[in-house]
Amino acid sequence: MKYLSEYRNLEATKSYLQLIEKTITKPWNIMEICGGQTHGLVKNGILDLLPDKVTMIHGPGCPVCVTPLNLIDKAIELLENNVIVCSFGDMIRVPGSKKSLLEAKSQGGDLRILYSPLEAVKVAKENPNKEVVFFAVGFETTAPANALSVLHAQKEGLKNYSILVSHVLVPPAMKAILDDEFCNIDGFLGAGHVCTIMGYKEYHPLARKYKIPIIITGFEPLDLVQGIYMAVKQLEKGSSIVENQYSRVVKEEGNAAAIKVIKQVFEIGNREWRGIGVIPDSGYILTKTYKEFDAELKFGISNIVAPENPACIAGDILKGIKKPHECSQFGNNCSPSNPLGAPMVSSEGACAAYYHFSSNLIS
Amino acid sequence: MNETDFGFESINLGHGSGGLMTRDLLDKIIFKAFNNPYINQKHDGAIININSQMAISTDSFVISPIFFKGGNIGELAVNGTVNDVAMCGAIPKYLSLAFIVEEGLNIKEFIEIVQSIKKTAENSGVQIITGDTKVVERGKGDKIFINTTGFGEVHPKANIATKNIKVGDKIIVSGCIAQHGMAIMSQREGLQFESDIVSDTTNINFLVNDLLNNFGEKIHLLRDPTRGGLASVLAEIAGDTQQGISIEENKLPLEKQVAAACEILGLDPLYVANEGVFLAIVDSEIADAVLEMMKKDKKGMNAVCIGQITNDHPTKVVMKSTIGGKRIVTPLIGEQLPRIC
Repeated sequence: MKYLSEYRNLEATKSYLQLIEKTITKPWNIMEICGGQTHGLVKNGILDLLPDKVTMIHGPGCPVCVTPLNLIDKAIELLENNVIVCSFGDMIRVPGSKKSLLEAKSQGGDLRILYSPLEAVKVAKENPNKEVVFFAVGFETTAPANALSVLHAQKEGLKNYSILVSHVLVPPAMKAILDDEFCNIDGFLGAGHVCTIMGYKEYHPLARKYKIPIIITGFEPLDLVQGIYMAVKQLEKGSSIVENQYSRVVKEEGNAAAIKVIKQVFEIGNREWRGIGVIPDSGYILTKTYKEFDAELKFGISNIVAPENPACIAGDILKGIKKPHECSQFGNNCSPSNPLGAPMVSSEGACAAYYHFSSNLIS
Repeated sequence: MNETDFGFESINLGHGSGGLMTRDLLDKIIFKAFNNPYINQKHDGAIININSQMAISTDSFVISPIFFKGGNIGELAVNGTVNDVAMCGAIPKYLSLAFIVEEGLNIKEFIEIVQSIKKTAENSGVQIITGDTKVVERGKGDKIFINTTGFGEVHPKANIATKNIKVGDKIIVSGCIAQHGMAIMSQREGLQFESDIVSDTTNINFLVNDLLNNFGEKIHLLRDPTRGGLASVLAEIAGDTQQGISIEENKLPLEKQVAAACEILGLDPLYVANEGVFLAIVDSEIADAVLEMMKKDKKGMNAVCIGQITNDHPTKVVMKSTIGGKRIVTPLIGEQLPRIC
């Protein structure tokens, strides 16, 4: 497959691994931001191929994992009140405080699993007598399509469509991680697809302030080892700039059309991150003009709170303080079929990656 | 037989009443299609002679959509059970056939399904010898559900059992994986994408029979990786035998279009359903000959050895990735879900 097989090439990957080996003289901790990158590293067995001096720390970039528990309970509340809830597939198995969306569906809720929020607008149009809510979670990557769904619904004059928003942003999360007193991260692999939308201008101040190299990186094996090599090279010579490994997709200025749509519908506001807590100015909220599309306001469900399971250390996992297999619950009381927290369920969650693919479990 | 001869445009509750309307449906559509000495008795059941050990397998088919690229629910209901019987090392002979029809099913569709069953059964060398038809109210089914039970004579040379598997055995896959699941996925509501991917639904009993004729008990295990895909079957075998399994990612037979569709939807082909592919775990000394024989058959032309049974990592399936790393392969937990981004 063009643009894939080249990036899964054994020889090319090996040559970058050798370059890392040759370059590295000191131990470095590098965090890959995105859950897709974590899965790429574990699924392809890259962690075992890296020199011992490189430690990869898994970042918070799993949209499902950082969606607060109360949002899931809110979606379930809607399902149980005759609202059609549309969601990305990843979200439906994540446990809320009492049950998951999948369980609520089996009990009669009308849950639709969709690939695109624009499909949800179609559902609203086809069901004029029902309320339809799209569960709009994710990072900057999914924000343009979610914003576009609001614009489409407005254009169609639909009064029965709204979105349950839990949009979070990568740069504030990186800042929160770097400000954490336990932070031991020397370099970042930036999230390639987030930067496809937003570009990477906003990363320069971070790299400067915290003197940390940030390499915008893709998801295929060759992307990952090249990204790690670029980070190690900078660290060894004491450099701390933003570099773009994923240049076949990412431009510095991002995708102007997508950014325009986001800015039209959303503005920056405080957001709660599951396992981490509220980070100021770390997410998107609907602007005043589009408040009528805010499902929380429309259905009066803003006051629903949900306690986390105290046994789950998702916060430490998301901040990279602990690795999944270092959790006492991992594989015992917590598995993908019986998860305590979101990182064990999501296809981008670090715990699920370790559970499904990790060579730590081979013997 | 066509819908105008039948007098109804769609199936209604009366057709499941057990009365004259049921009889009419049976006479005009079902008995007519499966004309054979067993079903022609029109009795409560069928009496058959089997002179060897018998293999029995049952399966229910609830697929949506009922017509898909490469087949329909009827074809699937025959092939699925025929293949399960074949995986026991048996020669499938007879099938029972039970329908649960939701009222309102278009009679034309019902006839098309019955005709498919007839044709597929003939192609597999099995006879439909007994059956049942029930009709449920609208909303209490999903157009049509089918259950088939297959009966087969165990091949005299066969000795298929997980306990026969030993270290060094080779693992052969008979054809390209993930085609059925991706064909269905491409037609599901909300996920439509254009592709020419067709289901691989087919019967593989004759190829299995040829293999058993030639290699007998050196074939240690046969499995068809339907729901849950190749990964789930391999993980099950590793768990049941307490042996390790090692496979290589770049050996997996995968059509380009299927691989691309899996990439787009974020699905792992190892977990996607197959309906015309089987897994043979064979003594290493016959592996090359088995492959050669399979490749000569249309239904095994893409056969490939993907790995072996090993002493390392007991109970675990480990896959060597294309770039030389290793990962474990765990069974499917629930349904594979589309990703967010």
